Amino acid sequence: MDIPSIPLGYWIESGLTWLTSEYSLITRAISRVTQTGIGGLNDGLMWLPPWALLAIIALLCWKAASPRLAIGAAAGMALIWNLGLWDPMIETLTLVVIATLVAVVMAIPVGIAAALSQRLYRVIMPILDFMQTMPAFVYLIPAIPFFGIGSVSAIFATVIFSMPPAIRFTTLGIRQVPVELIEAADAYGATRGQKLFKVQLPLSLPTVMAGINQTIMLALSMVVIAAMIGADGLGSEVWRAIQRLRPGDGFEAGIAVVILAMVLDRLTQSFSKSRR
Amino acid sequence: MDETRNVKIQVRGVSKVFGKNPKSALKLRDQGLKRPEILEKTGQTLGLSDISFDVYEGELLVIMGLSGSGKSTLIRCLNRLIDTSEGDILIDDEHIPSLSEKALLECRRRHFSMVFQNFALFPHKTVLQNAQFGLEIRGIAPAERDKKARESLTQVGLDGWEDAYPNQLSGGMQQRVGLARALANDASVLLMDEAFSALDPLIRKDMQQELLQLQSRMQKTTVFITHDLDEALNIGDRIVLLKDGEVVQIGTPEDILTKPADDYVRRFIEGVDRSRILTAESAMRPVRSTARESDGPRTALRRMRDHSIDSIYVTDRDRKLLGLLEADAASHAIEAGADTINEYMTQDFRKVTTDEPLQNLFAMFSDKSFPIAVIDEQQRLLGVVVKGAVLDELARAGE
Repeated sequence: MDIPSIPLGYWIESGLTWLTSEYSLITRAISRVTQTGIGGLNDGLMWLPPWALLAIIALLCWKAASPRLAIGAAAGMALIWNLGLWDPMIETLTLVVIATLVAVVMAIPVGIAAALSQRLYRVIMPILDFMQTMPAFVYLIPAIPFFGIGSVSAIFATVIFSMPPAIRFTTLGIRQVPVELIEAADAYGATRGQKLFKVQLPLSLPTVMAGINQTIMLALSMVVIAAMIGADGLGSEVWRAIQRLRPGDGFEAGIAVVILAMVLDRLTQSFSKSRR
Repeated sequence: MDETRNVKIQVRGVSKVFGKNPKSALKLRDQGLKRPEILEKTGQTLGLSDISFDVYEGELLVIMGLSGSGKSTLIRCLNRLIDTSEGDILIDDEHIPSLSEKALLECRRRHFSMVFQNFALFPHKTVLQNAQFGLEIRGIAPAERDKKARESLTQVGLDGWEDAYPNQLSGGMQQRVGLARALANDASVLLMDEAFSALDPLIRKDMQQELLQLQSRMQKTTVFITHDLDEALNIGDRIVLLKDGEVVQIGTPEDILTKPADDYVRRFIEGVDRSRILTAESAMRPVRSTARESDGPRTALRRMRDHSIDSIYVTDRDRKLLGLLEADAASHAIEAGADTINEYMTQDFRKVTTDEPLQNLFAMFSDKSFPIAVIDEQQRLLGVVVKGAVLDELARAGE
């Protein structure tokens, strides 16, 4: 007997088509705004001569972490420059920064809400599981009808893919605040807002920062993949190397990604550690 | 009890059921069922049952009980960190169980400071910022906050530690910060939840002493929770003894020791060193006879003979103690033809105030056999303590 297959894919597609046509105004607006943001940040970073940006990053590493990280970061960035991958690196960095900003701005309020409301928590957690386990490439496909080929689609897919850890860690951080401290705040007559801003958020800050760190790492991995839908940057260098079968070029771009990842990771980790 | 003292907090018929349907549990309670049966029948725990007591203005009331007695629940009902299931709690005529959320916050800010067993200091704030917390919550201006917090840190002996973080301090010092946070807030009632239980025994004793000193200076209404009877007896003006969510006895430390309400209390107090807590007042007997300073030696001697005693205390018209006249000295006075006994009195006797521990009296008897005079602050003679009475009191309390 032939059991007809459920037309799940068809439903999703017609749903997406409907969304694209009904909300094209909104998607186009988002697209415009994001495009402007990307352009602005990219131009800004490009305007700085490489040595200046290199110095800024090294200084930041020195202040926030250690001289060792500063030296390592400077050496790594210098290598990228030397390999002629400076511009793609800046493009990738731009995408990471914007995607992370958007993801964090959306994730933290959601994380807080999920921590404070058990009901919301139960709704949000399965959605996060879905977002994280869905193969990352799949997000790229609906992004195209919404935002077209290019950086905005890359940002869209990246935000969805990289947001979950920021939400999870924010929720976790707030839930980890010892009950006795909450009780102490209550006993002195703190309002919900006072409790949140004077006790819960400051105490969960290290955990939230760890979540942001994870988000940055995921964002970086995603913007590289997003080269498949036309995002510029190191990813497109890798993509080109694959198409032309040039492993040397591919590894050069890959190493640049690794260096960028390590600098971003260590830098954000040191931010979360330096707080109490 | 003492009618002249103002009642600060009234607790009337307060019960607390942990569970979804408190009414059903309370109904069973009214039918005479106890905690275990109620738990079995309804799956709910009867945390507190029909608790009533008063907290007087300026007193240090200890609520004591073993774990599971409901003492922590009870103290949290006072500032409604836990909602009661039935009953009334009034602070200055404000009915706490029925306050709106907003009014409750206001009530907590104005009336309650709390000190916690595990300190509950904010690890991300400095000592000074911790001490300011209550004031910050109340929206007091930073300058005044700072001033008050520094004052209260001075009171608890933490000068110079303002900028340290809690994790840099020892347990005892951390709890001082907890205390400073409570004092800076200047709320009308201080709630202390097993405040010293997490401290080493020696530091604990120190903290108890300091609390008593603070208490005598500030006269702050304090409700102190403990599971330690020694601590309760040491610091409490009065003690509320809880067992399985019910009040077993309410009274002064001495009441608890000398008149235990039931076997449970009696077993409880078995381990306590009684002589340290019993005072001269409990062993004091009325003076059978005294002589007036205006009396002649013959009158005095006759009084001694009438009451078969060989010495007599001499007082003035206001019962102020002037001295002791021995029978021998009275005879000398008569032989010398003296009119008054003034010059024949001796000051070679022991006098104590009512709060002198019995243990100390015991040592005084070794060198003199006169009864010890018990006086008040105005030097007025209230009674005497004889050796037999001390032994008797110690023995009775030791039963």
